[in-house]
Formats: sequence, structure tokens, C-alpha cells
Amino acid sequence: MTTIADTRRRRGRVVARNTAVGWSFLLPNFAGFVILTMVPVVLLFYYAFTEWDVFGGATWTGLDNFRQMARDTSFWTALRNTLYYAAFHIPLTLGVSLGLALLLNRRLRGVAFFRTVAFFPYITSIVAIAQIWNMLFSPGFGPVNEVLRWIGVDHPPGWTTSADASMPAVIVVGTWRYMGYYMLLFLAGLQTIPAQLYEAALVDGASAWQRFRAVTLPGLRHTTFFITVLLTIESFKVLDLILVMTDGGPGQSTLVLSQYIFQKGFEENQFGYASAVSVVLFAICFLVTVVQFVVNKRRSA
Amino acid sequence: MTTLLQTPPSRVADDELQPVRRLSGGRRVLGYLTLGVAAVVVLLPFYWMVMSSLKSNNDVFTVPVQWIATDPVWSNYLDIWSKSDMTTWLGNTVLLSAVVTLLQVFTGSFAAYGFAKVRFPGRDVLFLAYIGTLAVPWQSYMVPQFVMMSKLQLTDTLWAIVALQAFGALGVFLMKQFYETVPDELIDAARIDGMSEYGIYRRIMLPLSVPALASLTLITLVTTWNDYLGPLLYLRSPDLWTIQLGLKSFISQYNAEYALIMTGSVLSVLPILVIFLAGQRYFVEGIATTGLKG
Repeated sequence: MTTIADTRRRRGRVVARNTAVGWSFLLPNFAGFVILTMVPVVLLFYYAFTEWDVFGGATWTGLDNFRQMARDTSFWTALRNTLYYAAFHIPLTLGVSLGLALLLNRRLRGVAFFRTVAFFPYITSIVAIAQIWNMLFSPGFGPVNEVLRWIGVDHPPGWTTSADASMPAVIVVGTWRYMGYYMLLFLAGLQTIPAQLYEAALVDGASAWQRFRAVTLPGLRHTTFFITVLLTIESFKVLDLILVMTDGGPGQSTLVLSQYIFQKGFEENQFGYASAVSVVLFAICFLVTVVQFVVNKRRSA
Repeated sequence: MTTLLQTPPSRVADDELQPVRRLSGGRRVLGYLTLGVAAVVVLLPFYWMVMSSLKSNNDVFTVPVQWIATDPVWSNYLDIWSKSDMTTWLGNTVLLSAVVTLLQVFTGSFAAYGFAKVRFPGRDVLFLAYIGTLAVPWQSYMVPQFVMMSKLQLTDTLWAIVALQAFGALGVFLMKQFYETVPDELIDAARIDGMSEYGIYRRIMLPLSVPALASLTLITLVTTWNDYLGPLLYLRSPDLWTIQLGLKSFISQYNAEYALIMTGSVLSVLPILVIFLAGQRYFVEGIATTGLKG
């Protein structure tokens, strides 16, 4: 007959063994993950309050970096440009990808083909994409402006060579690149809406628009919200597209937050100040995620 | 949720359940028209890239635009190899993609088994830390990470890219999602039969998770092949460059050789396009899993 103490001891042994086995599974990935992701994330919040000398030593300077940031016009330009990008990229991509998903959810021929094709921009390297679009957008002889002239625009914009039109050009390419990806997420969301709801709406005599408003949109609420969060984070961290397409120019017209971090950190070796700007980027994305979490919680409660 | 994307079985059900979706004539035409326009918008840049790669430099920008290369200059596809270090770049990229993918698939699925099927204290908190970092953009910690890598003396080595890409949380997350669909009864039965946890992972979980492994392999392969920022930060010596870095430097060096630049672009895109087309189904499923639940 086993006593309670015996059982308890045995259970303790099982837990200890499970813990050892569990950790052995995690370890290969976890070691790399801790060193290369967790530690840098923690260090970020220390570096942000330091200044680096040429020998690579860091000295604590308190809030100096953040005071400097408040006076740094380039930082504010970068933040403003990032908001500009986000303000157009988010609704545009949301609209286009939802529209495409609705279209692909119909029974039309060629839907499978288009679903494949829409993914091409997403899996194509950013260097190739930026180069193609830069050539398409070239002001003098580029196909885009030629088409614009052909439909009667006398003075088409200079796109990436003009300070006013460079950001719109980047936004167009950003939307073109990601619409297939988000379309797929919308499509997955659409397929979870029960068909009976549409039938019921039809029986009640609802028009196509009414069905969209009363069945599709509410059914997609969760998906739409989630995609908006993804798009927001994606917009705020945009970097490679900018680096290869415009390099922030002309002037500072497309300088974004991540690129400013890149310049300060890797071109000017100001690791401390670059970290301080990184904290701002981190805070924005963190805030967006927290809002998502809270809203989701409230909705499911 | 992912199974719904495998259209063949669900489409049959669609036909029975959704008579609503049958479109009337006029709206059908409109639907096709929109689909056609969208397809052109997506594909035209690619078409332009291929056509330009077959032109001579002077013919790339003309008024009016020549939409067809009437006299294809196939020699571009030979010249590019002698004018650039394409062989080195492709070699490095293939090597990196292979090593990173192997490591990511192995360590990711291994850790995922620990998270999904072994019960031990602290497991769920740890997993939350993994998931949490998925929402943190790399751009916000690339500076301290670079300092770290410098201290480990990994900068300007291919190891930097391996370290950067191989231990991502994405693989763990994707595989865990899949492993949780495997019933616990199956694992318990194997345990009662005296199989060790490692044996269960290798002989039961791995064979069962081939589709998920395929998704992870494809996503990692594409990401590593296309990565521009990692190599840009870490690979300074030209003999370590990947195809993305090489192409970028080629563009700045020969900025007027439009046709050759497009030839290089085609060559950088082609392998990944072939891989994507071959494994499309798994790729799309992987995106839907990680995207919707991340």
C-alpha cells in the first residue's frame, strides 16, 4: 500500500523528469532565441540611456538622448513621414485586399490562378521590386508616366525624383507588395462566415449591399481588426522598401523612423541615440499590440 | 481554419450550401473585368522586367514603350555571369538558405514538441515570451543585436545571418499550432508502450507533421533568400554577399545598364518563384496559420 508521502514523492519525480525533458526540447532553439532576441530587447532599454565613445564604451547619460530627440528636427521629420506612410498604406491595403478577397470568394473562373498570382509580389525580393518600380516610375520615359500622358495628364509627377511624389510612389509599391498577403488572410476569414446567414438574409430580401453590411462585415470583424494591427506594425517598421527605392530621398521626403535608426546606428555609430529612437518605435508597436489584446479580451468577454 | 483553404473539398460543399453566390450576368462580367484589371496590375511589373531583360539597353526606355522585345537579346543572360559575381552571390545565398532552413526546421519543431506535448512548470509563461517577441519589430532591436553580434565576433561572417534567421519564434509557433492538433491519447499510448519523448518526436510527430514542416521550410527558404537587411548590416566583404546585396551593388555600379539590371533581377527572382509554385499549397497554409493566430 502506498502512502500519501510516497505518491507525492513519485509525482515530484515525474515533474522533475518532465521539466528536464521539456527543457532539453526547448534548449537548441531557446539558447539562440535568448541570445539573439531577448537579450538585445532588454539591452535596448539600457542602451537608450547611454552614449557611446569611439572605443565602444557606454556611459550612462540619463534622459539626454530623449532630450536631444525632442529638439531633433530630422527625428520629427522621420516620425511625420512614417505617419504619412501609415495613414495611406493602412486604409489602402485594407480596402484593396478586402475587395480582392470578396471577388475571389465568388465562383468565377480563374480565381485559383489569380490567388497564386497575387502572391508573387510578396515573395519577390525587395531589391528587384524596387528596381522594377523605379524604372516604371522614371519621370521622362517610364511606362507609368507615358500611360498618364496618354490618358491626358499633361504634367505627370516626377515620382521618386520629386519630394512631393516620392512618398505616394512608395505607398503604391508597398500596397502592391502586400495586398496578396492580406487578401489571403481576408479570404480565410470570409470562409468562416456560415452560408446560412447569407441565405437567411436573401430570404429576408436583403440587397447585395445590405448583405455586405449586415453579414460580411460583422463576420469579418475579428479578421479586419487583426489585419489592421498587423498593417499598423508593418507600416511603422517599414525599412527595406525605403532603403532600396528612395534611400529616404529626395532630401528627407521619405525618411522614416526605422531608417533614421539605421542611419544613426550604422552610419554614424551613435548606438545610444539610435537605441533611444528604437525605443520610440518599440513603444508604438507595443501600444498597438496592447490595444489589440485589450479589445479582443473585451470582445470575447 | 487552414483546412478551409484547401478548396477542392469545400468547394463541393459551397455549391450545395451557397446558391447565393451564383452571380447574375451583368455582375459576372463586372467581376471578370475587375479580376482581369487586378491581374494586369499585379503581373505587369513582372512582365516588364522579363521583357526589359531581353532588350538592349537603348530599347528599355523608348517613346512609345515597346511592350514586346521584338528582337530578344538572349546574350544578356550570358553576359551577366561575366560582368558580375553572380556565381558567388548565388552560391552564398543557396548555402545560407539551406543551413538556415535546416536549423530553423529542426530547432523549431523540436522546441514546439516541448511546448505542445511535455507538461512542466513555467512552460506557458515561456511560450508567451516567444509569442511576445513576434510582435516586436526587428527594426527596434537591430542596434543592440548588432552590438551583441560584434561582441561575439560574428559580424562579417555568414554565421551572423545563420544566427539571425535560424532561431526565430515563427518556426516554434507554427509547429506548435500543428502539434496541438495531434491527440494527446496517441502520445500517451506511445508513452505507455515505453517510447521515450525523443522517440515519440522522431517516430510519431515528425512523420505526422510533414505538411507543417513543408510550410515552415518554404516560408524560411523564401525569407532567407529574400532577406536584404540582415546581409546589408552584417556582410561587408564582397565574397560573402548574397544575391540581394550583389544585385543592389550591381545596380549602383552599372546604373545605366538597364537591360542587364533586369536580367539580374530575373535571375534573383526565378529560383524562389519556382519553389513557390511547386509548394504553393503549403506556403499558403503556413501563412494562414501564422497570420491569423499570431
